[in-house]
Amino acid sequence: MLKEWQPTCSKEALRIRAQVLADIRSFFLVRDVLEVETPLLGHGCGTDPQLDFFTTEYGCSPEEDRLFLQTSPEFAMKRLLASGSGSIYQICKAFRNGESGRFHNPEFTLLEWYRLGFTLSELMDEIEELLTILFKGHKHLCYPQRFSYEDIFLRHTGLNPLRFSYTDYCDYALRVGTPDAVTLCGYDHNLWLDFIFSHHIQSLLGQNAICMIYGYPASQSSLARINRRNSEIVDRVEVFINGIELGNGYYELTDAQEQSARFDREITCRQERKLPTVVKDKHLIAALEEGLPECSGMAIGLDRLLMLLTSNEKIDDVLNFPLSRA
Amino acid sequence: MIKFYIVCHLEDKMASYSTNEFKSGLKVMLDNDPCAIIENEFVKPGKGQAFNRVKIRNLKTGRVIERTFKSGDSLESADVVDVAMQYLYSDGAFRHFMVPDTYEQYQCDEKTVGDASKWLKDQDSCTVTLWNDSPLLVTPANFVELSIVETDPGVRGDTSGGGGKPATLETGAVVRVPLFVQLGEVIKVDTRTGEYISRVKE
Repeated sequence: MLKEWQPTCSKEALRIRAQVLADIRSFFLVRDVLEVETPLLGHGCGTDPQLDFFTTEYGCSPEEDRLFLQTSPEFAMKRLLASGSGSIYQICKAFRNGESGRFHNPEFTLLEWYRLGFTLSELMDEIEELLTILFKGHKHLCYPQRFSYEDIFLRHTGLNPLRFSYTDYCDYALRVGTPDAVTLCGYDHNLWLDFIFSHHIQSLLGQNAICMIYGYPASQSSLARINRRNSEIVDRVEVFINGIELGNGYYELTDAQEQSARFDREITCRQERKLPTVVKDKHLIAALEEGLPECSGMAIGLDRLLMLLTSNEKIDDVLNFPLSRA
Repeated sequence: MIKFYIVCHLEDKMASYSTNEFKSGLKVMLDNDPCAIIENEFVKPGKGQAFNRVKIRNLKTGRVIERTFKSGDSLESADVVDVAMQYLYSDGAFRHFMVPDTYEQYQCDEKTVGDASKWLKDQDSCTVTLWNDSPLLVTPANFVELSIVETDPGVRGDTSGGGGKPATLETGAVVRVPLFVQLGEVIKVDTRTGEYISRVKE
């Protein structure tokens, strides 16, 4: 029987984590990608209405007493890129309030990297190379797969994710035994996409293989660039292995005006949903105005990667002290 | 005293639970029926809506269903409590129970008592689940001691317990007992599995 003070992960999990960190550092060292550190505690934070942040009280300066724990190091890293850092990577903690479960701990470890001049498909090549190296000696992986969001949706559901048809989506939900989707999602196309993808598609992706999904609908763009040939989709990629979502990447948006407009939409959305307020990161907008070099960037959740490498079912099995023991 | 009770009751009625409070065993109202949460899984795409996929047992029908909620949605709490009671008697139409501490009595129809009826002997203790102060479910004690009213004479000397034979108990339940167990003897039974445990020496 484990005592409360003891770690929830095995000694073997500690060892494999250390090995993974060393492998990542040597991978980027030989590719001349610079390791950086950016603040975990900052005055600004992401505006994504789907991400809830932690705030802290700062004791020193009375006029700026609210500081945020970062939900991702993305903004600070982009400021480094705009300042001329060249390609960079970071291994750091990220914090997301209210996220707790088999695949979530509110504090988790991210690997995030940016490659100057890389297109989305070049980034996908590098993701494959890195994951293949990290899995070597732990788990056998089959040949990597790549599907567009539209193809994988059509293949598994028969639905077109880019064209919302209320009746088709409802028929599908009733046919596959999730009638609750009808009342839950209503006429919200994005909510339907999230529901169907997470309930009926994700678990089928990447059986013992790296599976990358690219070309997300423009409504799910986040910080990705609109595709040059098809304005209905964005240059965004997600990577899955054994149905587990490992990470997310973009051919990065460099247009300051477009970025500012997206932040405004997210802030309005936050107000409508009565979520905690946050101001848009003026430093990031200023950096984009100055000029973010053409680049692609990727973030991978290392705790989930470790779950896969060690065949563990719960994130707690690869963390030494998950929130309940932290 | 009465005033205090009413205040508490009103507060109970208004309570609701958010998806992140859904723990196994929590009693909530869903589709106007009292339900118990069995399992709650947090599902969140990195860049999308967070959901909670919840397994719920309908306490009226016993059926288990799966339902998805948007994280942060909430359900009203169900005023469901488990109360230890003593089974008094059956009047043919209803079975009567009493809370030993307060002498408060409740009556249940056969449908509510359900399967528990075959384990209930007068004066035995059991658990009655109340919803808005009306009986919803009756759960017998995990172990009951009942006498055998009908069984074939066994083979003397057989103590192995292998094979066995059916025996009818005083409450009407039929359980498999070892061959050496005789008519009129009292036996201990696990009501969750319906299995014979041992003879009870009187």
